[in-house]
Amino acid sequence: MTSTTTDLRYGYTDLPHLMSLMTGDEKHGPAATSTLDALWVLYDRVLRVSPATAHAPGRDRFLLSKGHGPMAYYAVLAAKGFFPVSLLPGFGSYDSPLGHHPDRMLVPGAEIGSGSLGHGLPIAVGTALGLRAQGYGDARVWVLVGDAELDEGSNHEALAYAGAAGLSQLHTLIVDNRSATHGRPGGIASRFEAAGWSTVTVDGRDHDALHAAFTAPHPGRPHAVIARVEPKSPPV
Amino acid sequence: MDTMRERFTASVSRLLDADPRLAVVLAEISADGFREAARRHPDRVINVGIREQLLVGAGAGLALTGMRPVMHTFASFLVERPFEQVKLDFGHQGVGGVLVSAGGSYDWPAGGFTHMAPGDVALLDTLDGWTVHVPGHADEAETLLRQAAAGHDKVYVRLSLQANAAPRPVTGPGFLTVREGRDGVVVAVGPMLDNVLAAVEGLDVTVLYATTVRPFDGAALRAAADRASLPGGASDVVLVEPYLAGTSSAAAGDALSDRPHRVLGLGTARRELRRYGTMDEHLTAHGLDPHSLRARIADFLTRLTRTSGAETGTGPGSGSGTNAGAGAGTEAGVPTGARSGAGAGGTRTEAAAAG
Repeated sequence: MTSTTTDLRYGYTDLPHLMSLMTGDEKHGPAATSTLDALWVLYDRVLRVSPATAHAPGRDRFLLSKGHGPMAYYAVLAAKGFFPVSLLPGFGSYDSPLGHHPDRMLVPGAEIGSGSLGHGLPIAVGTALGLRAQGYGDARVWVLVGDAELDEGSNHEALAYAGAAGLSQLHTLIVDNRSATHGRPGGIASRFEAAGWSTVTVDGRDHDALHAAFTAPHPGRPHAVIARVEPKSPPV
Repeated sequence: MDTMRERFTASVSRLLDADPRLAVVLAEISADGFREAARRHPDRVINVGIREQLLVGAGAGLALTGMRPVMHTFASFLVERPFEQVKLDFGHQGVGGVLVSAGGSYDWPAGGFTHMAPGDVALLDTLDGWTVHVPGHADEAETLLRQAAAGHDKVYVRLSLQANAAPRPVTGPGFLTVREGRDGVVVAVGPMLDNVLAAVEGLDVTVLYATTVRPFDGAALRAAADRASLPGGASDVVLVEPYLAGTSSAAAGDALSDRPHRVLGLGTARRELRRYGTMDEHLTAHGLDPHSLRARIADFLTRLTRTSGAETGTGPGSGSGTNAGAGAGTEAGVPTGARSGAGAGGTRTEAAAAG
């Protein structure tokens, strides 16, 4: 496992402050930070991509499919040096590249523009296919989807195909804050397992557990990590 | 003669051998045609099953890694069903790709409306930067497909079973002048050319042939209109398109916005026919057979003198068409000087549907 950066000023403990530059609040609720720990572990310990290799053809890719609430994503990208921290306060303003949904044409380091749910996983399938076809068999593709985002049928087109095709370069990170109205009877992992994926369900706040899940071997199969965090809304 | 779709599978299969950047994404349709290519290039001929959102999304993912995706299925399932993927996964992501459709508006009438996509080009018109090719012959299709495969931008190639008897040279994106006359300009799009030429036999009109409709060759239309109009007179333009009537009327109106003009947009009707049968029967029902076309074109070209500025809306298609203009006759009855909004005011969209 390669650490992509070593000399940056920002670490995990700086992320709440970086987020506050966008939100104006020093404290953030579970919804705003649901992706924060998983994103940090990915960018800090797993993904082989850095500002220096942000355009390298064989780099690892991270695709944020769930584009809602991207403050944690922007904070991690800024912490890792993909763009200056000075951009964060402009979040959502007319002249800022940082929208309430990320746009890859504007945000350095963002692999896709997202916001409309259900686009990232199909694009990730194609990205994995494209890397394989060009001989970048070692490059990994990660896509983050929310548990409610799995309501979108396009995800099921993609996960069914990826399992059948044995797209082992493809990884899906499902951040599960139980925000899907109708739940997922039988569980999220079972959907992926039935389609032929390797799966791990893990505490989405436990960095070592996340790292172990992210790096678990899954020969010949795509890999899904379900990172469970606090419910978006407390149970009634 | 092979069909455009057969030419597509054969020519793109050869292109796969030569261009390692090229990949074909399928959703079952035409998978047989690419079977041999898939054996040679298993990583670059990808059949995702009956999954059209994935078809387009995965194509965009391929493009994001630097490959040139060619995505193919019936037009209704390539453009209409996954339209948001076309809009976002290509346009918004800022990548290019080639959409190649089959089926068109009426290729399989017995299959019914579920397999017809008369609105595909109009839908793409809501997006920025799509080149739209509508070949009228397999040879033209091959040329356009080769160009599209070699490029980087967003291209839609609309293949049809309807074809002209002979190919025309595809020299570039501009309209081709097939014949010249003085009473008006008829733009025939792709497979409509043979019917148009039969329809205007004996009429003194210019015929332009378009295998590329986006970008729309406004310069060629203006030049043809100059030659076909009396000095200071109105330009009369008829568009004959094998999809939704009036799809290019706005583009023609924009091209002619500096002069008085009338535009008649002919194509398939908006109203669903709910008929099966054959392509010829559907062409007749839409008023796109040579006999109907002649009546509608001649009526349009002579209407000015007959109605003398009082548009009455008579004509083969008037009963069921949409009239986008406030009154074509009225507009052209004052053919002096340029006017703003002439495109809208002078544009009439007609589509005859069987009653």
